[in-house]
Formats: sequence, structure tokens, C-alpha cells
Amino acid sequence: MADVAFSGPHGPKPRRILNPRNIMLYGTLIVVTMYYLVPLYVMVVTSLKGMPEIRMGNIFSPPLEVTFEPWVKAWSEACTGLNCDGLSRGFWNSVTITIPSVLVSIAIASINGYALANWRFKGANVFFTILIFGAFIPYQVMIYPIVIMLREMGLYTKLSGLVIVHSIFGMPILTLLFRNYFTSLPEELFKAARVDGAGFWGIYFRIMLPMSLPIFVVAIILQVTGIWNDFLFGVIYTKPDLYPMTVQLNNIVNSVQGVKEYNVNMAATLLTGLVPLFIYFVSGKLFVRGVAAGAVKG
Amino acid sequence: MHSVEIKNLDLAFGATKVLQDLNLTIARGEFLVLLGSSGCGKSTLLNCIAGLLEVSEGQIFINGDNVTWAEPSERGIGMVFQSYALYPQMTVEGNLSFGLRNSGMAKSEIASRVARAAEILQIEPLLKRKPAALSGGQRQRVAIGRALVRDVDVFLFDEPLSNLDAKLRADLRVEIKRLHQQLENTMIYVTHDQIEAMTLADRIAIMKGGQIMQLGTPDEIYSQPRNLYVADFIGSPSMNFIPGTMSGGTASIHGISIPMGSTVRDGAVTVGIRPEHIATGDLAPIAPVQAEATVELVEPMGADTLILTSIGGTRAHVRMDGLAKVVPGDVIPIGLDPARVSLFDPKTEIRL
Repeated sequence: MADVAFSGPHGPKPRRILNPRNIMLYGTLIVVTMYYLVPLYVMVVTSLKGMPEIRMGNIFSPPLEVTFEPWVKAWSEACTGLNCDGLSRGFWNSVTITIPSVLVSIAIASINGYALANWRFKGANVFFTILIFGAFIPYQVMIYPIVIMLREMGLYTKLSGLVIVHSIFGMPILTLLFRNYFTSLPEELFKAARVDGAGFWGIYFRIMLPMSLPIFVVAIILQVTGIWNDFLFGVIYTKPDLYPMTVQLNNIVNSVQGVKEYNVNMAATLLTGLVPLFIYFVSGKLFVRGVAAGAVKG
Repeated sequence: MHSVEIKNLDLAFGATKVLQDLNLTIARGEFLVLLGSSGCGKSTLLNCIAGLLEVSEGQIFINGDNVTWAEPSERGIGMVFQSYALYPQMTVEGNLSFGLRNSGMAKSEIASRVARAAEILQIEPLLKRKPAALSGGQRQRVAIGRALVRDVDVFLFDEPLSNLDAKLRADLRVEIKRLHQQLENTMIYVTHDQIEAMTLADRIAIMKGGQIMQLGTPDEIYSQPRNLYVADFIGSPSMNFIPGTMSGGTASIHGISIPMGSTVRDGAVTVGIRPEHIATGDLAPIAPVQAEATVELVEPMGADTLILTSIGGTRAHVRMDGLAKVVPGDVIPIGLDPARVSLFDPKTEIRL
């Protein structure tokens, strides 16, 4: 085979690396990447500088003397309103808000989606329409009625109240997400399970759940980032002791007393952003796993 | 006692009537095939029998019990789906035992049933594998096994072989037939493949528009189609339909007289002749009726050769021996047998 001498074109067509298409493609990608990375770079280097160095004004230059003091201060010493124990308090508040909110909202929404997709009960379409309509109502409209509702239930300014609020507001989009995913699973699996005598919960836990890892990962990413980054509900439905990290960050950055400590502000902001970033990097790979492989014809 | 009995079954999705006043009785141990083109309601009927669709009107009896309102698992049925529908996260063993575990059966009993099904279907070496690691034929075997372990009286097959390639389909078809002979339970089998229907069925129900056009043995369906639809649907290539007239018990088409010997009314008729019932070569002269045909197109298929001919101006397919040498333009002698000719009313499309 290797002895054959071809004349004319043969094998893969040679391509130049620097052709107009690649220049456009990579040029655009590089510009877009810079757009996001330059501010991040400025934040990281500023958070590692001391105040005298910041005052010199070279915001793009790397730190001459690397110091982690701003990070320590942001975490445990910075004053947020009345308390001067840094972001650590807000961090744990945010954790205790986010974990139950994410679990409750995903548990309920996945069951909603499963029921809507597979058990077409009477009124399912009306229910679904109302739920989706809810996704388009601006939050601000509902702030005050919810304050009253929480007050009447005795949950206003409590973490559990905020958890309920987050769970409810996550419901429309998550239900839509799960419904569409369960609809895309082969209907015959559901039928087979019914013939095999599995009931509503049996099918959900033993057939649907094990096949739904990708969509659960998507839902977790959505909810963790959404709830962790929430500021509005956090500031309205809790009190200073229970403020989530985002509210505390705002209080640090926007404090009007004393010197503006840019390095501490940058460190505090980065600390606040670490959790969603971590979730994204850990779970990103699970997106591409094809869990339904082998269920149907292949 | 009947194994499955369907009485006056209606099913409508909103204003669309899918099944209309359908009656069907299936004897114990019978292999019934529901045959029809897509959208004829055959799968819908199967889903109604399985209890996966709620009927709009009528009753369904299985083994004498009225199961119209019963859950699928309570009906004593096992079902095999076109896409296999194996649970991807469970091993083959898990797939086979899922239904039994749901019914709370003892572990030892489950193990023995799984072992028996695996032995019958020859899937013992696969028990610990996941469905993703199986080939199409193996997956369908596991799907059949899932119905088998339930030890039910009625098996429902929803186009089980449609996803397999031609050779595997032929192999599994034989296996399903053997399985039926071995188990002797009732099987209801939905397909759009007439070869599967003819080879497997004790009786075939040909469906169209939610109604049964004809219910009969494969032989009846093939030789005495009740109407034009059935005659056209069964057979490949399908029956030739030639307009003719009837007078005094003799049908004439383009000058060819076919003495039918029956008392069919005079007037216009549609004469139906299957391509394989037109005699050619040495057999043509000894047939009761002789005629000539002009060859227009030749399609050699190995075992036999299909030719498109013109009989007195009407196009007609003729099936010849594979060794026959004909070329377009030839005029060949053909022979017809009145016993194998069907007559239909051109208006009502019903057999005369």
C-alpha cells in the first residue's frame, strides 16, 4: 500500500493555520476572553497588594510585594455594619441558606416535572401554564406580599423563611427544566415500569432518578449560583446577624467610614465568588455524561 | 374460555377517534397479529389491552376477568416494546427481576424464575451486564425475558423486531415462534411487516382507521381478502387490480374471458390477480385461461424475477421463475386460474 506513488491530490487536504477563517475565529475568542479575564486579573493582583502600593495607581502591574493580609482581613476582621468579624459570618449564613434551599427546591421541582411529564393528571396543563407564568412575574412585585406572609407565619427575619422564599422562586424554571428532561426520556421505559408493577414513587426513585444525573447537575449549578449570588431577598427577609455573604460584601465595599481599602474589597469579592466557581468546575464535566446510553435502540 | 376479549372498545383523544366500536376475541394459546400501516390504531389497541391507555368506552376481559379498570401490573400481561425499554442503570438480572421484586416475591423464587427465563432465551452469560453492553438482538431477548419471568398468560409485543437489521429480524422471528410453541400462551403481536404477520400468526387482524378490516388465518387473508384494502395490503408486490365486467358468471378484462363458475351479479367489477398466480413459461399453456402479456420492465431478484407487463393496456406485475430469460418488449404467454382470481365491487370495494 505504501509503495503506491500517487500523482495529484491525495490524502488529507493541507491547510494553512493562518487562514482568514482562523484569524476571525481565534481573534474573536481572544477578545471575548480578555473582556472577562482582565477585570479578574486586576482583582487578583490588587487583592495581593498592600495599600501603599495601590496608591501608586498602577492597577495592571503585578504586586511588588505579595501579601495575603487583605484576604485574612476580609475573611475575619473587616467590619460589616455592627459586627467586625469579616465575611466568615456571612459565609456560614450563606451556606445554611443555600444548602436547604437547593435541596428543597430541586426535590420538589423534580417531582413536579416528573408528574407533569409522565402522569398526565387532570388539570396538568393548567397547572403547568400557571407555573410558567410565574417565571415571568418580576420579583419586585411580590416582595411586600411575601413580607406580610412571612410575618404572619412567624418566619420573617428567620433563615427558614428565606429558604422557603428561595425554594418557591426556583420552582417555575426548575419544574420546566425537569419536565422537559423527563419528557425527553423514552416513554416506553415508563410504560415498561408500569407493566412491571412500579408505582408513582417506585418509578421516580428507581427508574427516573438514576437516569437523570445530568439534569440534576444542571439544576444544582443553577440553584447554587442563583441562591448564593442573591442579594435582594437576603437583605429584605433576614436581619444583620443572618445576612448572607453577598449582603455583607456590599456592606464592606460600600462602607463610607475611613479609608477605602481596595485590596480588602477585592479579596472579599473574590472570596464571595469562590463557591459558585468551585461548583461549576467540579460539576462541569458531568454535563457531558450520557447516562441514558443503552436504554433504547443504539 | 377466551383468553382476551374486547367488547365495543372506543378510544378517543379529544375529538380524534382512534378506535371505534372494536370487538375482538382471542382464544387461549392463540398467536394473534395486529397488522396495519402506521396510524391505524394497532399499537393503541395493544396499549389499551395492557392498561397503559384508558379506554373511552367498552370493556376488556383477560381470562374472564373484567380488567377494564385494572392497573397494567394486575392484568396478567407481559409486554415487549419496540425500543426494548430496558432500565439502563440495572444489570440484565436487575431488569428481569424488577417486576418480581415490585410484587414482593421471595428471593429464591425470583432467582429460579430468572434462571429459567435466562435458560430459555440463552442469555445466561449476560446476566451481570448492563444493557449498554449488549447488542440489539441481545437487548430484545432480555426484553422478552422480562415478560417471560412474570409467568403471565398473555404476551403483548409492540413491533419488537422493527429496530433490528434484516438478518437478526429473521432469526428472532423464528425464536419468537419457537417460544410460542414451547410456552403455549396467548400472544398478541403488533407489526407493520406482513412477512412477520404471515409467518407468526394463527390469525391476523388487519386494521385501518381504528377498525378491523379483516380477521382471519394468514391463508384466508391471503387467498380471500375481504376487501380491496386487505387485498392491496397483503402481498409484495401487491395484487394486480384490473377493471372488468361480469356477465353470466364470466368476468372479462380486455377481451380475456375468465369463467368464474360462481353466481356473481352482472356489471362492472374489479378483478384482482396476485403476481404469483399468473402462470408463465411451461405452466402457461396448461392453465385454464390463456392470454398474452407484453414485458415492460424486468426486475431480477435471484429466486424469482418480477416483470412489469401490460395485459391489454393495464399494467400488471407478474412473478416468474428466477431462471426465466425475458427482456423488455417480449410478448409472453400467460395463464390464469379462475380459482385464484378475486372479484371486488368497484364502488364498495368489498369482495364479491
